[in-house]
Amino acid sequence: MKRELTCISCPLGCQISVEMEDGNIISVTGNTCPRGERYARQEVLDPRRTVTSTVETEDSIHRRLPVKTVPEIPKDSIFPVMNEIRKQCVTPPVSIGDVIVHDIAGTGSDLVATGNLTE
Amino acid sequence: MRELVIIGGGAAGLSAAVSAYDSGIRDILIVERAPELGGILNQCIHNGFGLHTFNEELTGPEYAGRFITEVLERKIEYRLNAMVIDVQPHLVTYVSSEGIVTEETKAIILAMGCRERPRGALNTPGYRPAGIFSAGTAQRLMNIEGYKVGSRVVILGSGDIGLIMARRLTLEGAKVLAVAEIMPYSGGLKRNIVQCLDDYSIPLYLSHTVTEIRGKRRVEGVTIAKVDERRRPIPGTEMDFDCDTLLLSVGLLPENELSLKAGAALSPVTGGPVVDDTLSTDIDGVFAAGNVLHVHDLVDYVSEEAAIAGRNAASYILSGSHSEDKVKVIPGNGVRYTVPQYIKRNAGSVTIRFRVSDVFSNATIAVREGENVLKRIKKRVLAPGEMEKVALPGPQYNEEIGIEVEV
Repeated sequence: MKRELTCISCPLGCQISVEMEDGNIISVTGNTCPRGERYARQEVLDPRRTVTSTVETEDSIHRRLPVKTVPEIPKDSIFPVMNEIRKQCVTPPVSIGDVIVHDIAGTGSDLVATGNLTE
Repeated sequence: MRELVIIGGGAAGLSAAVSAYDSGIRDILIVERAPELGGILNQCIHNGFGLHTFNEELTGPEYAGRFITEVLERKIEYRLNAMVIDVQPHLVTYVSSEGIVTEETKAIILAMGCRERPRGALNTPGYRPAGIFSAGTAQRLMNIEGYKVGSRVVILGSGDIGLIMARRLTLEGAKVLAVAEIMPYSGGLKRNIVQCLDDYSIPLYLSHTVTEIRGKRRVEGVTIAKVDERRRPIPGTEMDFDCDTLLLSVGLLPENELSLKAGAALSPVTGGPVVDDTLSTDIDGVFAAGNVLHVHDLVDYVSEEAAIAGRNAASYILSGSHSEDKVKVIPGNGVRYTVPQYIKRNAGSVTIRFRVSDVFSNATIAVREGENVLKRIKKRVLAPGEMEKVALPGPQYNEEIGIEVEV
């Protein structure tokens, strides 16, 4: 099996091909530097993303509180995490860095406030 | 009389204030029209900010929060819900709940940022139904106000805000049908193409534009078509999309009404004031930094630039000297503009930021003083969407500085 990726390590944006067999990487081609190979391996074997969104608030001048997942979650978990985010409602005070949900959607990552919430 | 008034409490204004303070100025006032400091960063809840400044990846509100903390720690004065309505040399007039206030000041830093190019600038035919938003307006409605803006969305323009909004809408349950880009390449970062479009299988149509918007009360659909090399739609290439929302991410314009009132000369290319290496405009004591000066792609560069303006405003306030002896910086082949446009002859080391006018690969940036080559820098890739910079050591500049791309 072949996976085609665009490298995001720099503006060059190399088109990288990763040859796979039984879940193992056979070859990485098309990259022009070691960063490209590292990116391709990570992206094929264990792609991760930071999800940023907002949660509902109550009793605050702010209608939404911005949040993010820390550390990055597996790419497959983006929508399960969004479903959990949608269920949350927070009240002040909240400060940047406060944990809103521990181990969100079983990812092992926390949902963390990226803004301050005041009354 | 005040020492320094800064117009705008966003990324540029905050950084300029901190740097002016650290350069010895105590009597500073930041005037901000919104109810809180932070500017547009507050609605940019995605991450990717601060890699250069803090060596970590922050969201917009977190990045703003770092600078707001610095401002608060220094007890720098700021006024919220205050809208500056006039700037004259050494005078700033604003309206707030106190009424109309005019501050007399030794120096002024313009840090008003930019705004989005609106639909009216595009000449797209159709009615004026609800459901057409600039990408930043949609971002504000979603991230700050908590509204859903639409269910089926087409996005025109593949700048970073458009790409970020494609992902944001998808996460919130909307279906993004297409992103159309009139240029043959995207103006957005590679990382955003991959993580905002490819991750969610959102198609990007390069060399395409919107040719029709249907719907009277609410958007009901749009047509996009391929364009030729002169950006004219090609008949027969139309594709129809049933959608209720069209987002426009078609460029940012420095917001310079106040600069014009003050009488500052603007560059027709950047849309911002013409400045020298101290980021001083052609008006005595008026400096500019950030997106009001030229549109940046990374906030880190805004902070860096604004810190330079803050330092120079401080030295202007403390010493008052203002050398008029300057050389011009000329954008040559393949270079769209440079900031600054002038360098003082005795400026010392200077950083020149610039944008190229096309995509180049394996090119060389050549910097000349008169006929004399100062620097040649090899670049594997150059793109209009990525701001470039070149550092000149000085200490003296005797002839015009030219920057060009050699292929």
